[in-house]
Amino acid sequence: MSSSGSSPAVRRLELIVVAVVAVLLIVVLPLLNAQGLISNFTLSLWGKYLCYALLAISVDLLWGYTGLLSLGQALFFTLGGYMHGMYLMRMIGELGQYKKPIPDFLVFLGWERLPAFWEPFSSFPFALAMVFLVPGLLAYVFGFLAFRSRIKGVYFSILTQALTYAASIMFFRNNLLLGGNNGFTDFKFILGHSLADPATSRALYIASAVTLLLAYLFCRWLSRTKFGLVQQAIRDGENRVLFSGYATMHFKLFIFVVAALIAAVGGALYTPQVGIINPGEMQADKSLEAVVWVAVGGRGTLLGPILGAISINALKSWATRAYPDLWLIILGGLFILVVLFLPGGLVSIPARLKALWKKLRREPEPPPASSTQPAQPVSAKS
Amino acid sequence: MNFLARLIRWLLPLLLAAGTAARAADTPREVIARAALAEDSATQRQLIGSLMGRGDDAIAPLFEAWRTDQLFIYAAPDGTKVPVQLTGPKDEAGTQAALRIDTGAALTGPSGPLRLNAADLTAVEHTAALRRAMKAVLDLADLAAPDPAKRVLAIQTIGLTQDVEKLPALQARTPLETDARAKAVLREAVALIQLKDEKNETRIAALTALKELHSLSTSDAIKRTLKEAEEARNLPVAAAAREALRAVENHRSFVDFFGTLFRGISLGSILLVAALGLAITFGLMRVINMAHGEMIAVGAYTTYLVQNIFGTGITIPFFGFSLGIPGLNFSGGVYQSYFLAALPCSFIAAALVGIGLERSVIRFLYRRPLESLLATWGVSLVLQQCFRLMFGANNVQVSSPVYLSGNWTVNDIIFGWNRVFVVGFAILIVFGMWLVLTKTSLGLLIRASMQNRTMASCMGVRTERVNMLTFGLGSGLAGLAGAFLSQIGNVGPSLGQGYIIDSFMVVVVGGVGSIGGTILSAFGIGGIDQVLQQYLPVIAPGLGWVPGIGGFLQNLAQDAAVFGKILVLAGIILFLQWRPAGLFVTRSRSLED
Repeated sequence: MSSSGSSPAVRRLELIVVAVVAVLLIVVLPLLNAQGLISNFTLSLWGKYLCYALLAISVDLLWGYTGLLSLGQALFFTLGGYMHGMYLMRMIGELGQYKKPIPDFLVFLGWERLPAFWEPFSSFPFALAMVFLVPGLLAYVFGFLAFRSRIKGVYFSILTQALTYAASIMFFRNNLLLGGNNGFTDFKFILGHSLADPATSRALYIASAVTLLLAYLFCRWLSRTKFGLVQQAIRDGENRVLFSGYATMHFKLFIFVVAALIAAVGGALYTPQVGIINPGEMQADKSLEAVVWVAVGGRGTLLGPILGAISINALKSWATRAYPDLWLIILGGLFILVVLFLPGGLVSIPARLKALWKKLRREPEPPPASSTQPAQPVSAKS
Repeated sequence: MNFLARLIRWLLPLLLAAGTAARAADTPREVIARAALAEDSATQRQLIGSLMGRGDDAIAPLFEAWRTDQLFIYAAPDGTKVPVQLTGPKDEAGTQAALRIDTGAALTGPSGPLRLNAADLTAVEHTAALRRAMKAVLDLADLAAPDPAKRVLAIQTIGLTQDVEKLPALQARTPLETDARAKAVLREAVALIQLKDEKNETRIAALTALKELHSLSTSDAIKRTLKEAEEARNLPVAAAAREALRAVENHRSFVDFFGTLFRGISLGSILLVAALGLAITFGLMRVINMAHGEMIAVGAYTTYLVQNIFGTGITIPFFGFSLGIPGLNFSGGVYQSYFLAALPCSFIAAALVGIGLERSVIRFLYRRPLESLLATWGVSLVLQQCFRLMFGANNVQVSSPVYLSGNWTVNDIIFGWNRVFVVGFAILIVFGMWLVLTKTSLGLLIRASMQNRTMASCMGVRTERVNMLTFGLGSGLAGLAGAFLSQIGNVGPSLGQGYIIDSFMVVVVGGVGSIGGTILSAFGIGGIDQVLQQYLPVIAPGLGWVPGIGGFLQNLAQDAAVFGKILVLAGIILFLQWRPAGLFVTRSRSLED
């Protein structure tokens, strides 16, 4: 199901599956909720999964399609969440614990007036612009520095992890005036609608599902363009692309910024649905967790990350309740097993079964297994 | 005795003036006994006051007993009155053992030791004024304490309060003091109190003395004097104060500089010790071992286990089973030496875990470095959770052996023994590693395999085995690091997470594959981090001019430790712009390297 090497029939099948699932998620689920057949809790849980799926797509766009393993996508996700969270904090108004016109934690820190940089966040359009601008700019500056000095492979991963680490220890401080380790919570209103109203959370859920669909369609379109092909060529052999006259730095920088924006939108949708955003979300292991979703679902495909994000998080919701002590062992073990035995992820299982079936029936020419998996990056040779 | 005699010679006029003829041979106990018998409280106060500056261990407990109504007057059958202290538990008749206050011996009657009932005796009274007098004596009693460290502390306390009333006691003490440190502190305290003097000459002399001593703790008092002198337009004193202050500030910057240098070196050693294992597994083998931090934790927990085996034993729960390890119940010196036994144990434990990891996971991933990163991260999660299940989610207590706790203070610069030890250990471990890599046949095989695995294999080197041993060596070094870090920081399930990013940074900045680069970058990063922590709070308040974010910068710099760390990470990213492959580049003709 690799996007570059799949047959038109498979692609058409994928599109049909996507259409059916999209209708299910966007129309049927909210309708059932409106009828009271699905609880509000379940719907908001699914809303959270879909936001995580956006994060997974952003990881996959970099790792699966460009060969850049970024361990900093959770940072962009959280930044998007914080920017939207600032708007939501302003909307609390005077309904906080201290009944003051500024957020509670600022009162707690001894502030009388709103700090200047908080002021414009009372406007939703401004906050929305910031959701794109702040993570986008950070990604642009960091990407520019990293790609200009040709930092790649493992070094890129380690550097992005260091960036995330630096940002998280900064956000944990109260002096940053962004809520310290408690972050933002207790949101009340969005665009004049109460967040406690089931209709509002339904609307937020639909917005998440539609955004995910749009992100999926955008990436699908992108991977078919010439740009997408160069992008995948960079993954498979960057030096050859470079020697063919393409400035790979610009391609990588563009895709890095796009991936950061997708993650940021995911974060912005995540904040009002989950009701809290704090620096714990941007710690290094959150980024790695997102990489697990992609690896388990299937890297280098677009359905894989979505499938992975939803299934692993559903597993997590269940396991952290049923076996709280064992969850990390399950996650870690799953990761080791997938890396060792199922490099193609969940989405490669049907093709693998098919190959196995053909082998059992002793077909004269069983298709090589590699065609059903994403190509191994050539640059990964040591 | 000489010292006592001199003390008495000083005290004598005072006592005579008070009109209470204290005999020169009176011990403090006898003085207190007479005070207890004295009729009026003024005499009592004078007698108590006469104990001022006498160092005797009997004084404090007796005063305490007096204050808590344990002193009584016993009227002997022959009519003499004996002051006694009732101590010990009461028996059925309500009587207690009685001690004579003047000698401290048990009160004896014709038929052996007497037991008395408190209700039958007259208690010795005490007024608020008397209690104050006792407190004043106790405050000064430490001046003559036998332990020099206690004396120094007492003198410093008096000096900092600048209490003029205590000046005579200090001056009396000055000729008697023999300890060099206490002498200097005494001189400083006298000078500090003299700053309050009215005469200019005395104050200027005191300031000159303080200038010579340039002790850090005096700077506040000198600043106060300077301010007063400036307000009173007392130019000579102000000039002297300014000079004294300059001397103190010079000394402060000297101490800060060398203190920072030492902390930088010690932090560099910590980073180096933590990163050395990674320099082998990541630098030489190119395996991204995200479980490196957990190897460090394995070493730290092994130290904890060895400590408990030397002590009282430990029970480890694991998946419903519980494994009881009996302790050897050592104590004293043998118990203290547990750390020496823990060093090889932690190396071996971590090396075994590392070899297990290499055999089961990593050997399949040598050609896929990014995926080895992911798989080892999975391993790190599993290991962390295992620590949590086995040793609990909280930090465990690893006690420092006596020879690692404590510090030297040289010229106001503090050298913690554990820090000094880590520096020495880092040197030793680097030397050891150099020996292994360059002087042994294993080292030769390691270097050959790591440079070109295929070629080495063609020459008949069993590269599989070399890989395994190399990974074991790197993991073992991480375990050793863990044993040492257990002496410096907390030991908990997420111990490794705190070091993993720093370790990778050190190796990347040093240049992957270059051990020398790792050493240099560890000390560089450690030094810069400490310099930033030391000087950011000095620089930051001056950053208000930066447009827009000035106030924000001033604010952030209060968290110098965190801000310094962020600046170091940002610095590393910029540094890699200049040298993308780190400090030392291992040259290769391969395009992809």
